[in-house]
Amino acid sequence: MSRHVIVTGASRGIGAAIAQHFIDLGDNVVGMSRSGTAPAGCVKSFAVDVSDSASVNEAVKASIEALGPVEVCVVNAGVTRDGLAMRMTDEQWREVMATDLDGAFYTARATMASMVRNRQGSIIFIGSISPFIGVPGQANYGAAKAGLVGLARSLAQEVASRSITVNVVAPGLIETDMTSDLGPAKDQMLAMIPMGRIGQPSDIAGVVGFLASNHARYITGAVIASDGGLALGH
Amino acid sequence: MDRNEAFAKLTDNVVEVLAVEPSAVTMEANFFDDLGADSLDLVELVMALEETFNVEVGEDELKDISTVGAAFELIYAKL
Repeated sequence: MSRHVIVTGASRGIGAAIAQHFIDLGDNVVGMSRSGTAPAGCVKSFAVDVSDSASVNEAVKASIEALGPVEVCVVNAGVTRDGLAMRMTDEQWREVMATDLDGAFYTARATMASMVRNRQGSIIFIGSISPFIGVPGQANYGAAKAGLVGLARSLAQEVASRSITVNVVAPGLIETDMTSDLGPAKDQMLAMIPMGRIGQPSDIAGVVGFLASNHARYITGAVIASDGGLALGH
Repeated sequence: MDRNEAFAKLTDNVVEVLAVEPSAVTMEANFFDDLGADSLDLVELVMALEETFNVEVGEDELKDISTVGAAFELIYAKL
């Protein structure tokens, strides 16, 4: 059975890999991104600014009209605007909060009603191990990604009785455009990874695929790190 | 829309969302005690009613809805 899968931030990096994972499984994947681009196998793509709830609601509504209730919602859209806190501007703080936390709530909220009515569904937030280890320069990102854990656990409680699972996948250092401009910090982080290698987007997509699968129907409110051991024990 | 027509529409929504018999949907029926609803059911029902009747129900109004009659009067007053 082809599932109706929504992936935000699907144009590149981890989001594109997640979309491709579900495409390869034969699902009906709807890709959302600011540019409106998504992997070629997506049945639909929408240009969405996730920090604008009206934009999210409109796209999700159109997706439901075309494909029925949302069965899997992968909340992946996120940005970084790193800088040491003492020099971090209001805009740097707000932009990350607006996309990574507000946007996550708007996206989950928009898809939940159709899942509740359908008595099934998986919501998967892409978090980060950043708040678990504390990364200098990421006060905004770390706060937003930590917020996703609280968000996910509240939602998990609210919809558990309808067989809907809500989980967080926390990537470590993954090779994407987002981490390509880390400079010397990247080598420092690399040295801290027990497995000694940077992760690939597919290392995250596989975990997301599992949480959306029939093998994971009893897992909810969980935070699963895929990080080569970088946040070991946190 | 007269009251009978509106109540019939409301009944359709209650039957569909709560999966109960139409005969159980009386003005006096309590959503929680008589119709087996939980808070999520009620939110789902209100969302269905908002769509059916093209009205908006505020979060602060939700807590007043314990019986079918209360829900009906709340919605009907908005038509």
